[in-house]
Amino acid sequence: MDRHFQHELESLKTILIKMGSIVEENITNALQALLDRNESLAQKVFENEERINTLEIEIDNAIIDLLALQQPVASDLRFIIAAQKINNDLERIGDHAVNIAESDLNLLKMKPLDTLLELPKMVVTTKIMLRGALDSFILLDPKMAQTVLETDDQIDNLNRSMTTEVIEMLRADKRSIECGLELIRISRNLERVADIATNIAEDVIFHTQARVVKHHAEEKELIQTR
Amino acid sequence: MRDYPGTRQTFIEMDTIPENGKGIPVDHNKIVAEKVSAFFGKVQAIRDIQINIPENSIVAIIGPSGCGKSTFLRSINRMHELIHGTRVTGKILLDGEDVYSLDPVLIRKKIGMVFQKPNPFPTMSIFDNVAAGLRMGGTHDRKNIAEVVERSLQQAALWSEVKDSLSKSGVGLSGGQQQRLCIARALAVNPEVLLMDEPASALDPIATAKIEELLFELKKRYTIVIVTHNMQQAARVSDYTAFFYMGELIEYDITKKIFTAPSIKQTEDYVTGRFG
Repeated sequence: MDRHFQHELESLKTILIKMGSIVEENITNALQALLDRNESLAQKVFENEERINTLEIEIDNAIIDLLALQQPVASDLRFIIAAQKINNDLERIGDHAVNIAESDLNLLKMKPLDTLLELPKMVVTTKIMLRGALDSFILLDPKMAQTVLETDDQIDNLNRSMTTEVIEMLRADKRSIECGLELIRISRNLERVADIATNIAEDVIFHTQARVVKHHAEEKELIQTR
Repeated sequence: MRDYPGTRQTFIEMDTIPENGKGIPVDHNKIVAEKVSAFFGKVQAIRDIQINIPENSIVAIIGPSGCGKSTFLRSINRMHELIHGTRVTGKILLDGEDVYSLDPVLIRKKIGMVFQKPNPFPTMSIFDNVAAGLRMGGTHDRKNIAEVVERSLQQAALWSEVKDSLSKSGVGLSGGQQQRLCIARALAVNPEVLLMDEPASALDPIATAKIEELLFELKKRYTIVIVTHNMQQAARVSDYTAFFYMGELIEYDITKKIFTAPSIKQTEDYVTGRFG
């Protein structure tokens, strides 16, 4: 039976996908601006931020309406709960894109660096994770979501390497301290984006398979009723 | 902005489907149904129902019209056999004893029933409605009857509303009060199990809420099986939920599980309204 409620769920998903694509575009622009030293791309991130915030509120309202009026259960309930968390996650990723864009602009005022250390690798991996998380949501593919979870360690390792390498850079040339701080800031923001991508992937697994995988809950048997 | 493929909402099959009744405790079962089938003439209404009903719990039976849930309910206290040409096969055990090997009158005393439409005895007062079962059972001691009537009305959360009008007709009460009067009448004969066939479907939301609150109180003393079309009601009041479809028990589990992550696709489709 094709019900009105199903159309509303589809609409919610569509608007979340729209938000996801803007957020992904913003992260891509912020990172490309870093790699290319492109100021106009960095500025675009600030312009898009307002659209993300507006969509977050729109999605929040849609979710409140669905919960209040439809009393969803089972997979519908899990979808709406996942959508609420993903909405919040996407908005946070949007904030990290802004942080990175701010660092981009600060770096543009400084002498270009010979190397961005591990950042190019982090950029590639973070973008793959974010795209994987969003695609797993669009396709409702828990296997794809699982792959995202398994990639997170790479980003954590790269982030740690970044810290070590920036410290070495500063030891060699203390005049580059401001530049080093911006690189650390970008690295941390990328690590957070990757973490949030894993949250989205965890929500996809919760929605599609009714499994709680965050905080290794299954292994620790934190879930009593499943 | 990149292009995304069209959205689709699909049900992803679980890797493994847990057995029915995974979350149902095996100890202290008040009622056990073993391969219960019920027939109207040659028509089979329910098929091989296996279900354990834990003591002092509320079990909700849900399913579309004609799925056999009321027939199963009426098989439990042998009311199904009151219809000409019907029969029941399999076993229904009450505390380990097969109800079909016992006196049906005794069984119906131990297993009370409340129906969809409140049906107080129209010619009787509120007091006499509650006392009727006792008197028919041979109790004539006035003091004893008065005590039981008061206790039953209190248990049915009706006493404070009717204590000054016990001699008035039962049918003069509101629909919700009449239904609680019927519950008091069922409680007066000191049953162990209460069967309820859509007890709140004819009531307004306030009266429904009172019945639901009452159920939480009653389950401390009784085991309750409730048939309901109202999914939210099943979710709100019951500990365990059984989903019936076309005369078969499709899934039986902890209510929370049925309404958040059912194991069987048919259950999922029914509770989310995708059925049909």
